[in-house]
Amino acid sequence: MELIKPNINLDFVGNRKYAYILSGSLILLTIVFLIVRGGPNFGIDFAGGILVQVKFNKETSTGQVRNALESASIENTTVQDFSTEEGSEYLVRIEQEGVDVTEFKDRIQTAFKKTFGEGAFEVRRVEMVGPKVGKDLRQKALFAVFYAILFIAIYISGRFELKWLMSIIMAGALLVAVYLASLINISVVWLIVIALIVTLGLCWVLRLRYALGAVVALIHDVIITVGAFSFFNKEITLPIVAALLTIIGYSLNDTIIVFDRIRENLRKGRRTDFSKTINSSINETLSRTILTSGTTLVVVVSLFILGGGVIHDFAFALLVGIVVGTYSSIYVASPILLALPAADEKGGMVSKRKR
Amino acid sequence: MKGKLGWRAILVLAVLVASVVYLVPSISGNLPLWWSNVLPKDKVQLGLDLQGGMHLILEVESEKAVETQLGIFADDIKRALREERVWIAGDKVQTSAGAMELVLKNEEDIEKLKEFLEKNYPEFSIEETRKDDSGVVVTLAMSADEQKRIRQFATSQALETIRNRVDQFGVSEPDIRPQGEDRLLIQLPGISDTDRALKLIGKTALLEFKLVDDMGDLPAAEKGDVPPGDELLYEVRENRETGRVTKTPVLVERRSLLTGQYVSDARVQIDNQFNEPYVTLKFNAKGARLFERVTGENVKRRLAIILDGVVNSAPVIQEKIPGGTARITGNFTMEEARDLAIVLRAGALPAPVKVLEERTVGPSLGKDSIRKGFISMIVGGLVVILVMAVYYQIGGLIADAALLLNIVLIMAALAAFGATLTLPGMAGIILTIGMAVDANVLIFERIREETRLGKTPRAAVEAGFGRALVTIIDSNVTTLIAALVLFQFGTGPVKGFAVTLSIGIVASVFTAVFVSRLVFDYLLLRVRVKRIPV
Repeated sequence: MELIKPNINLDFVGNRKYAYILSGSLILLTIVFLIVRGGPNFGIDFAGGILVQVKFNKETSTGQVRNALESASIENTTVQDFSTEEGSEYLVRIEQEGVDVTEFKDRIQTAFKKTFGEGAFEVRRVEMVGPKVGKDLRQKALFAVFYAILFIAIYISGRFELKWLMSIIMAGALLVAVYLASLINISVVWLIVIALIVTLGLCWVLRLRYALGAVVALIHDVIITVGAFSFFNKEITLPIVAALLTIIGYSLNDTIIVFDRIRENLRKGRRTDFSKTINSSINETLSRTILTSGTTLVVVVSLFILGGGVIHDFAFALLVGIVVGTYSSIYVASPILLALPAADEKGGMVSKRKR
Repeated sequence: MKGKLGWRAILVLAVLVASVVYLVPSISGNLPLWWSNVLPKDKVQLGLDLQGGMHLILEVESEKAVETQLGIFADDIKRALREERVWIAGDKVQTSAGAMELVLKNEEDIEKLKEFLEKNYPEFSIEETRKDDSGVVVTLAMSADEQKRIRQFATSQALETIRNRVDQFGVSEPDIRPQGEDRLLIQLPGISDTDRALKLIGKTALLEFKLVDDMGDLPAAEKGDVPPGDELLYEVRENRETGRVTKTPVLVERRSLLTGQYVSDARVQIDNQFNEPYVTLKFNAKGARLFERVTGENVKRRLAIILDGVVNSAPVIQEKIPGGTARITGNFTMEEARDLAIVLRAGALPAPVKVLEERTVGPSLGKDSIRKGFISMIVGGLVVILVMAVYYQIGGLIADAALLLNIVLIMAALAAFGATLTLPGMAGIILTIGMAVDANVLIFERIREETRLGKTPRAAVEAGFGRALVTIIDSNVTTLIAALVLFQFGTGPVKGFAVTLSIGIVASVFTAVFVSRLVFDYLLLRVRVKRIPV
């Protein structure tokens, strides 16, 4: 069976303008949403707070749960509906410092006992993260994203352009930049922004175009996924950061397969336009791209629908990330190669042909 | 090539057998005896989010331990200085964070003090001296090294004490370990009464015996005018029926005559008369001697038994008590009495602890998560298997076999490494199922391309595998980098995700490149198929 005809030749590179417009507006929308919502919606993992998951035996509405809490004068809580066809289930969350967990849990429990009766509900999960730990976890998560991007940039520039020396120089420059930035005691978010700008700048100056394409694509994917979270007002928790890192891995996986093909076609040394080589490489791998993205999407959709509430947002992040990651490897990572001529474009090609 | 086929088949078979061996303990409940003697018996461990339980991060407030230690040093130094005939003004030696103040009456004594410190207390140095109406105020600072040592000791001792308590509480497979400088990570799988566990772990359990100052002016003390050398504490009683709490003030002497460190045993007993549980304490030899002397010297006075600064009871000493036993009464439930006995036996925490992070998952939620995780795994897996079989036919079936082997390998590796399967970990396996076919897809697409170029089946397979290999390795290394970073920075469930993802990547490369290659070669060389089965 074949989905894609072998001799297909869609003009991906030619249409890249539209893709840039689409990507640009999605990123812009993300920024707008983040500004409107006042930054990412961090869950208690990062912001600190208490979360209690309660399951009721009988059908219970959000309003009833709210009323029960209000009647016990428990304020500043958010109640999230977690219900499935199996029963009513709610997440009660309070983002407040200095609240005693045991006390808060007791208060909720007494409030529910009063309203719904003894044994009408079950506390299924309690999470409390103190502000200190929340801050630590946030730092750790951001550093994880930072190091992932750093190592990947190094690997790609080393592997694809055989410029290990340059990638080591880049790593050194990056570490120096980050060290200098950390001296002036800025937040990790800015540290990462600076690191990313330095990474992209170095890729540009050192003409590491494959690394540039890959890093731009994965930043693109992470930003848009964060934007989707902000749009649906979903919380960013530790597992979501794990999902973002997985998206980084996945997006690259996809990108590298196209890059490998581009390199291979370049090595064949046909005297064609670089943009044509890119386009035909995308087309040659298209069948694989669709099939693999398809199977991955199938399992993630199944996780999203059947996996249950606890894993729901995690699956959502993967879902968005895989769609965006597949798109970006075709429309973002590859066309960006055109933006930058390789440092040894002529020399490299000639010496290879002589061989 | 034919000979090679043989050893490759043996290798794959060996891997398969080994993974099944590692998996058996997780699948079958009862292992025959000979099995557990020779073969691995570790099951795939489930994370707290899957089996239910409690995860805690505690902070040992070790600066309190430094303060306490400083107080002890202050008393010692004061006493020793008196013996050296150095006059100290006032009764009190003030202490603050890592430093204490002494007031010397004579300025000439500073030299003496210096000498004394060098000889006896090298961990202290004179930081500052200034004159005052009362004399010369000298600030003694504890060295940073000594403070650090006390902090470290407090953390490790807190760890030991909590481990003791948890062991006596009866939790199977608790995980208690230090994290960073002054934090403890505690994982208690399968705990259902989390409040009780938290109380048991978090209680400082500092037991003290102090004399009640019945001559002191209690109403004045309540207004804030506590007589020197005394302190005001409360006896707290809760009426079980009405839930009303009554607080009775008690004025006690500050000096503690005996502490919980002399307790050698604590047990729950039942009062025959009222059928109420109480706790009996047994002191060790030194404690028993002390107790005998204290009770002998203070007959007809009240002795307050104080736990964490709250007066438990203050019975009148009727006579000298030899033998070294005391009892703590109160309207305890059986559980409370049992927990009290545990904390008294395990000893006091060297410093109070604070809960920084608490996560508890009920057993029913854990079971739900496992069930739902499995359902989505099976549904997603079946669709993938079907798609592959339809799209690539025979080749697809080979990829499917590789996929199933892949899942077996991941589970076996989890068991073999003693890694923990968490809910995100299950998601990792599910994701791997989707991505694992990628390597095979790459290979098959290559084979199709090569066939289109007119190559013979054997050459096409050869070229397909050969060319796809580089790409497969490149594309998986980056995912592996992300997974390893995640492992390094992640905690708990996230780490579980990183583990399954990493194992999944390695396993999928092995199954796609090695195992399905073997099957292809077998088909081409032994079965001698004429057409490429993709």
